[in-house]
Amino acid sequence: MNERELLGLADDELIIGWRDSEWTGIAPLLEEDVAFSSIAQNEIGHARALYELLSDDADALAFDRSLDEYRCAPLVELKLLDWAHTIARRWLYEVADEIRISALKESLPLAVKIDREETYHRMHAEMWHERLRNAPQFREAVEELWPYALGLLPAGEQRDALVSRVGLAHVEAVERGTHTDGLPEIWDEMTMVRRSAPAGAQW
Amino acid sequence: MIWEVFRQDRRGAPFEHAGSVVAPDAEFAEAWAREQYGRRGESVALWLAPRDAVHVVDDWADEFDLKYRRVDGYSIKARLKEARERAGTAGPR
Amino acid sequence: MDARTQEFLAHVQDGGQVEATDWLPDEYRQKLVKFIEMHGNSELMGVLPEREWILRAPTLQRKLALTAKVQDEVGHAQLIYRVAEDLGKPREQMLADLISGKAKFHNVFHYPTVTWGDVGVIAWLVDAAAIISQKALLKCSYAPYARIMKKICWEESFHILHGRDVILAMVTGTPEQFELVQEALNRWWGPLMQFHGTPIRAEEDPMVSWRIKSQGNEEARQQFLDGYVPQIRELGLAIPDPKLRKNDEGVWEYSEPDWDELKHVVTGHGPRTEERLAFRRRFLDQEKWVREAVLAA
Repeated sequence: MNERELLGLADDELIIGWRDSEWTGIAPLLEEDVAFSSIAQNEIGHARALYELLSDDADALAFDRSLDEYRCAPLVELKLLDWAHTIARRWLYEVADEIRISALKESLPLAVKIDREETYHRMHAEMWHERLRNAPQFREAVEELWPYALGLLPAGEQRDALVSRVGLAHVEAVERGTHTDGLPEIWDEMTMVRRSAPAGAQW
Repeated sequence: MIWEVFRQDRRGAPFEHAGSVVAPDAEFAEAWAREQYGRRGESVALWLAPRDAVHVVDDWADEFDLKYRRVDGYSIKARLKEARERAGTAGPR
Repeated sequence: MDARTQEFLAHVQDGGQVEATDWLPDEYRQKLVKFIEMHGNSELMGVLPEREWILRAPTLQRKLALTAKVQDEVGHAQLIYRVAEDLGKPREQMLADLISGKAKFHNVFHYPTVTWGDVGVIAWLVDAAAIISQKALLKCSYAPYARIMKKICWEESFHILHGRDVILAMVTGTPEQFELVQEALNRWWGPLMQFHGTPIRAEEDPMVSWRIKSQGNEEARQQFLDGYVPQIRELGLAIPDPKLRKNDEGVWEYSEPDWDELKHVVTGHGPRTEERLAFRRRFLDQEKWVREAVLAA
């Protein structure tokens, strides 16, 4: 993975962590609220660790770029206000993420650490998938998000692996490289406090 | 279903009751108890048991003097003193 | 009062505790459930003013810390509701009573948060006021509640430190950042002074007779002022009460808090009450099918 791709991975983790942290306090069950928030925090922690590989100032890299400089995939940007879609995305993301993190483990020690923590994310996602797989809301959400999930991984071997694990047919992917309406909205909120003070202000 | 959570602070310590989570099965109970009782690394292990599996015992018959089974049922000071005096082994106090 | 209740009262007033499986007088059980329920509601509603700032946190560290803090509040709600559930009130009922306005939650969570300054003030001072009450509950006669308070107090200790750190970063930053803190403090001081409630004498407080609370309201407020006025003033911040001073007997004097405002707010008429309850209601309704799918065996 080159630097550009690493940045994409970091941005994916930041934005999905950001989206998942939106559920803190309003998840369907209190017990799940606590668990889900840990997952969101872990994702942001992974993003931070990846940014630190690429820059001395992880915060500047995370927050001070312009919109078109973010390399996240459309899947993570989507504003999903209901649980079916949120947990469907979580599941698809973990299945896809495992594929790309495994591929990275040999060349990147950080990927080994990330993978160990992701074990619990995968258990959590599988647990929900098992329980909701027959619920129409969940199945529909998975199908809706499927083209986005494909776009998370590069075309070829990794994408084929995803198709085989999820069991849905290959369709046209929503590719990385363009952004959805979700990102400007996130960026605005994510940077509003930071932009209210001159660059270099301490918080 | 209510699952009772017992946690161990560090290796070798006793498992202590920490609270409970509501969950449909062991998988969910585990996922949720892990975070509620371990997200700060404060537990090295958890035991989860359905509340129904816990048999509560909280009443005792206390009719007769059972002190002979306990340390506070023995007062050896006076006899020990006498025995030492007889043996000439009583030291200065 | 019948003999059995008299015996129970003597037991708790002597420092004795009771468990979920013990016999509890009706009055004790009712007061206990109401108190615990309000506490759980407060933790759950307290999440709402803070969670919007998770999304706006200006550094990764602050985002993680604030998410963790809010997560703790949700965790506390879970612990507290579990205790109330074991006393006989189902969680769904408590949530329904909360969003219908039938059950109450603490005044501070009815107010808006306006700037990052609020984030610091809440984490530092509102949590400080709460932890004083919570520490007093460590001696609650109802043991299951006392036990969870231990975990809650332990987790709250990081909240206060986090809040103070946020404040310190701003008061040593730009003049605008300092102003954010001062302005937030100006708005929160009133609700903070009302937080511990009207100064009912301990002898007249049934919560104290039953040893559910071991500290009177005024005692808690004095403890808060003792601990935090010096910490606030040493940063160069001004407390918006010209009458606030410690007298020769070591007692803090202050302008009479607006008890009407407290009553008005706590009965569901706070500036953000309706909006926040509606927000909760929306998500509770929307995700009802999830609870049903999960809690079905």
